[in-house]
Amino acid sequence: MIRYLLRRMLALVPVALGVATLTFALIHLVPGDPVVAMLGDTAAPADLAGMRHQLGLDRPLAAQYASFITGLAHGDLGESISYHQPVARLIAERFPATLELAAAGLLVAILIAFPLGFIAGAKPGSAGDVGAMGFAVLGISVPHIYLGPLLMILFSLDLRWFPLTGRGGLGHLVLPAVTLGTALAAIIARMLRQSLIGVRASDYMRTALSKGLSPTAALLRHGLRNALTSVITLLGLELGGLLTGALIVEMIFSWPGLGRMLIAAISARDYPLVEGCVLTFALTYVVVNMATDFVYALVDPRVSLK
Amino acid sequence: MKGPGKSPSLVVGGTIVAILIVAALFGPALANHDPLAVHLANALAAPSLAHPFGCDALGRDVFARVMWGARLSLGVSVSVVFLSLIVGGLIGGAAGLAGGPIDNLVMRAVDIVLAFPGILLAISMAAILGPGLIDLVIALTAMGWTGYARVVRGEVLSLREREYVHAANALGARPARVLIRHMLPAVAGPVAVQATFGIGGIIGAEAALSFLGLGVLPPTPSWGNMLDAGREFLLIAPHLTTAPGVAIGLAILGFNLLGDGLAALAGRAG
Repeated sequence: MIRYLLRRMLALVPVALGVATLTFALIHLVPGDPVVAMLGDTAAPADLAGMRHQLGLDRPLAAQYASFITGLAHGDLGESISYHQPVARLIAERFPATLELAAAGLLVAILIAFPLGFIAGAKPGSAGDVGAMGFAVLGISVPHIYLGPLLMILFSLDLRWFPLTGRGGLGHLVLPAVTLGTALAAIIARMLRQSLIGVRASDYMRTALSKGLSPTAALLRHGLRNALTSVITLLGLELGGLLTGALIVEMIFSWPGLGRMLIAAISARDYPLVEGCVLTFALTYVVVNMATDFVYALVDPRVSLK
Repeated sequence: MKGPGKSPSLVVGGTIVAILIVAALFGPALANHDPLAVHLANALAAPSLAHPFGCDALGRDVFARVMWGARLSLGVSVSVVFLSLIVGGLIGGAAGLAGGPIDNLVMRAVDIVLAFPGILLAISMAAILGPGLIDLVIALTAMGWTGYARVVRGEVLSLREREYVHAANALGARPARVLIRHMLPAVAGPVAVQATFGIGGIIGAEAALSFLGLGVLPPTPSWGNMLDAGREFLLIAPHLTTAPGVAIGLAILGFNLLGDGLAALAGRAG
C-alpha cells in the first residue's frame, strides 16, 4: 500500500514538471510584452529596460526557465509585482479559502446527488426518477454566473437568510457552496442512477433479493457500493471543474481565495503572481486526481494497487 | 424501442437549438433597437411592449443585446468547436495512425494540457493575449482541442485493426486516403456527439470569460458581460441578470439535450 502510494507520487514528478513548463511557456512565449503592458506604451525606454532587468526578463529564455524550475523546487515562486511580497506567501494565505469553498461545494454536491440518484436509480421511470432527472438536467445547464446572482436575490436580498458576500462564519459559505455544488450534484446524480440501473441486473443483486432483502435494502447494502466506483471515477474527472468553478464563484461572492487573486493579478499584469496561481490550481488538480485513483482502489477491491 | 422521433431529449434539445440558431441569424434584425444606443431616460426600465426585456443601466434595449449576444455566443462557440475539431482531429488522428513512441509522446503532451483544470488554460491564455474576439477563440480552442484528440485517436486505434482498413492498406491505399475515405465516416458519429456537448460547454466558458472581463469587453453585448454588468442592480432591476442568465442556461440545456439524444441514437445504431 505504502509502496503503491510512493510510486504514484513519484509518477507525479514528470506531470508536475510538464505543467510547470506549460505554465512558463504560457507566460513567456505568448506574444505581447508584459513590461510594456505593465508600464504602458508611453513608458521611457530606460524604465522598460529597468523593469525588464528587475524581473529578470532580459536574461536568455533558457536561463529564465532554469531559475524558474529551481525556484519552484525550493518553493520559491518569485515576488509579486503589485503586492511586493513573495508569491508563495500570498498563495499560502489565500489557498485555504479556495480549498474550503471547493470542499463545501463537493459536500453540497454529494448531499444533493446521492438521494436524487438513489431515488431515480431505484425506480427508473417513476415520478421520482423523472423529477430527479429533470432537476439534474436543469442543474447541469444553469451556469454558476447566473445561479450565484439568483441565489443572492432570493436568499440574501429577499429572505435575508445569508450574507450577500465575503468570507466569515458558516452562513457565508452556504450560498457559494450551493452555487458551486449544484452542477456537480446534477452530474453525479445522473451517473449514480445509471450505475444503479446497471447494478440491479447483476447476479449478486438477484442473490440478495432471493435471500429476502427488500429491494431498497439490497440496493443500499450491495448495490450502492458497487455503483460507487463509477461515481468516484467521474468525481475525479469533474474535480477540475469544481476548482475552476470555485474561481468563478469567488468572483461572484467576493470570496477571498486564490481565484479572485488570480483575476486581480491578471488585471494588474502581475505576471509572477499569475504564474504562481495558475501553477497552484493545476498542481492541485494533478494531486487530487492521484488521490481519486487511490480512493478508487480502496473502494473497489477488484482494482489492484500494483 | 422508441423511434428517434419519440426521443424527448432529441426533440426538445433540437427545438431549443433551432430557436437559438434563428435568434442568432435573424434576432438582431428582429430587434428594432440598436444594442449600443444609449438612452439615459430609459435607464433600468422594466420590461414593456416597446422593450420586451427592459433596458439596462444606460437605457440600452436588453432584447436587442440578448439577440446580438446569441449571434456572438453561437458564432464563437461554433468556431471554437470547429477549430478544436480540426486541431484535435489532426493531432489525435496522426498519433493513432503513427502508433508507438510518437503516439505515446503526443498523448503525454495531451495529458499535460488536460492537467489544467476546466477553463484555467483559457483564462491564462486570455490573460496573456488580452481581450478580443480572435484571442477569445484562440484561448478557448487551446482548452478545447484535447478532448477531440483523445476521441479521434481512440477511434483510429480501434479502426486500424478492422478488416476493411487492413484490406484498404493491403490494396496500397496511402495513409491519408485510408484516414479520409475509410476512417472518417466511422469517427464522425462519436465526434458529432462530443461536438454537440462541446458547443454547450464553450457557450458556458465564453460567458464565464466575458463575465470575468477576459472575453468580450463592453460595450459589445455578450451574455457573460451583460450578467456581470447586471449584478450591480440585482434588487432594483433583476431583469438585467435574468435575460442573459436564462439565455445561457437555455443554450447549454439545448445542446446538452441534443447531445444526449444524439448519443442515444448513435448507441442504438452502433
